[in-house]
Amino acid sequence: MPKRFLSIWFRHLKTDWFTLKRPDLLTIPFVLTTPIHGRLVITSANLLAQVQGVHTGMVAADARAIIPTLMVLDDKPELSEKLLKGLAKWCNRYAPLVSMDPPDGLFLDISGCPHLWGGEKPYLHEIINRLKGLGYLVRAAIADTIGTAWAIARFGNGSPIIEPGQQAAALLSLPPAALRLQTGILERFHKLGFRQVSNFISMPRSALRRRFGQQLIRQLDQALGAQEEAMLPVFPIAPYQERLPCLEPIVTSGGIEIALQRLLETLCLRLQQEQKGLRTACFKGYRVDGKIESIEIGTSRPSYNAEHLSKLFENKLATIEPALGIELFMLEAIKVEEISSMQATLWNGNCGLADSGLSELIDRLENKMGLGKIHRYLPDEHYWPERSFKLASSIQETPTTAWRFDKPRPMQLLSVPEHIDVTAPIPDYPPMLFRYKGKLHKIVKADGPERIEQEWWLEEGQHRDYYCVENEEGFRYWVFRLGHYSGDKSYSWFLHGFFS
Amino acid sequence: MDANKTDIIHQLQKEILSIQGFRPGPPCNELDLGLGVINHSFPNDTFPLGAVHEFLCAGAEDAAATGGFIAGLLADLMRSGGASVWISSVRNIFPPALKFFGIEPHRIIFVDMQQEKDVLWAIEEALKCEGLAAVIGELQEISFTGSRRLQIAVEQSRVTGFLIRNHPRKLQSIACVSRWKIRPLPSKLDNGMPGIGFPRWTVDLLKARNGKPGTWQVEWAAGQFRHITSRPMSMPQEQNKKTG
Repeated sequence: MPKRFLSIWFRHLKTDWFTLKRPDLLTIPFVLTTPIHGRLVITSANLLAQVQGVHTGMVAADARAIIPTLMVLDDKPELSEKLLKGLAKWCNRYAPLVSMDPPDGLFLDISGCPHLWGGEKPYLHEIINRLKGLGYLVRAAIADTIGTAWAIARFGNGSPIIEPGQQAAALLSLPPAALRLQTGILERFHKLGFRQVSNFISMPRSALRRRFGQQLIRQLDQALGAQEEAMLPVFPIAPYQERLPCLEPIVTSGGIEIALQRLLETLCLRLQQEQKGLRTACFKGYRVDGKIESIEIGTSRPSYNAEHLSKLFENKLATIEPALGIELFMLEAIKVEEISSMQATLWNGNCGLADSGLSELIDRLENKMGLGKIHRYLPDEHYWPERSFKLASSIQETPTTAWRFDKPRPMQLLSVPEHIDVTAPIPDYPPMLFRYKGKLHKIVKADGPERIEQEWWLEEGQHRDYYCVENEEGFRYWVFRLGHYSGDKSYSWFLHGFFS
Repeated sequence: MDANKTDIIHQLQKEILSIQGFRPGPPCNELDLGLGVINHSFPNDTFPLGAVHEFLCAGAEDAAATGGFIAGLLADLMRSGGASVWISSVRNIFPPALKFFGIEPHRIIFVDMQQEKDVLWAIEEALKCEGLAAVIGELQEISFTGSRRLQIAVEQSRVTGFLIRNHPRKLQSIACVSRWKIRPLPSKLDNGMPGIGFPRWTVDLLKARNGKPGTWQVEWAAGQFRHITSRPMSMPQEQNKKTG
């Protein structure tokens, strides 16, 4: 497909923004200044000031001499970049690839886009008018190359749309500055009397290179299309992305659901064909008032099951606020992973951790309740009971060691051992009596002790002597004594678990 | 004539069972959970899978015993490599202990919710998931409507559910297939050896839909249930009701 580019020039980017912020400035000539070497130098002037002869680069005092009522405001550094980024985001609704052209322009790669708006002319008018509605005065042009679009947007005085292949003809009558050249080269052109591109475009390239350097040749080639010019998109395009523009803004939840369904179906079909599954997806709605509503979901295992994914979105759809309406829906698969073909055969499998039904259940639970609610444990090589198992990082992770069951372990383990009062014969006999929560338990049978040392390299502390004890009623407990009986150090008894 | 009548009654009973959600699964899926004589308390002499069972507890000791009994049942359910989900808001279960009952603890997914109402929702979602071997839910209160929702979910998915209710405040009848109470029993070692033996429980089947409640004493030894006294004791008359 032949490439087409749109260049937008914000003629008064910063001053337009100031006017938007302070509507009283609309009828006043004003300039933005920044102090350089102790002088206030104008960095941008609004239309009213420009008409009366104030231009950028002037000193504020000189400008005041021309317009006594001139208002002088402080410029904000980095404002233009911030504004351009915001505008680039806004323009993303017209084309997937938008790049910034500092200090006051944007490039859009519109290849294959204008027909959605009924052709290039309505497309261009739509963009210019919408930006005007937002309060920005712009000029824009469409051409085969970035360079020509840039030149026509700034210097052209004919049609802003250059037909495919007509770059050279369009450039002929423009001044050399239209080629985005350094001031040094421009001055030399001026000195030599080259007022138009047509004066030198037909000269031998070697002569031009010798006199003006490689930059001129490059810019000329890029403008004519002989050399490709790279674009750095502000928002890198997600490889798996589906868009759904709407003829009428959508305001109802039913409409949003239908849009989501349609996007999911097309995206999932594509994922399935390429044997991919998505891990994170983002559903965005571009609102009429310029805001973007978005919801995001994640899955624990790559999936292209549209039904499952729509269930995940379902819980969050209510948070989308359509306000005056949503005019464009976009579904983006941010993270995509390969699906092995083996998994596809297990699609309707009936058991195991690899089952897709289970991972879909986990996704549903996690999307509703948030992260950190679902745990799976693997054995860990520690004797200390609280450390004898560890959290699995993913559902696929398999244990590296076996689960130990050579020593008795209780069914229920208190997360914090509870203090108990114990009567026990010394030195190492199991307790005879203990009091837990006000109830006295007489111990009939006991096993132990099993000594478990604190791992000093992990935590300081005393060792534990564990006993399994059974009371008269047959209730079985796991109790331990912390530390030795011997003299200077204190010891105490705790209840840690309940055996089944 | 008489034989004809009993045949008809038998046929009708079977039809009623299937209407009530007792569907005999495909023969290859029939699993004997090793409960022995307890099986005879249920219709068709099989422990109902694809149904929700309710377990009552009164304290941590009971909860541990109940956990052990359920783990014993789970061992058979998960033998074919299945996974289970354990949903709770007050979980104290110690995963490595499940290994003593022949379960790979890493094949159980623990879901820890903050509130009880989320637990019920999660149990219902999990029971709808056909790939699971079993779903265990710990919750204190459940309404009849809530239990009915679970019953409808399992009728569709044929997943077995276990509800552990610790200290329930209201004990109305709910739409579960059975109500159990597991209490620890003093263990006994052979030849009067000192120390603690295998876990033993009193298994009370308080209610069984279309079945006969009863009480048994069971021990978990060598990876299976072992009956200590196999004679079922008679139950008090007022508890001999059928669940709704």
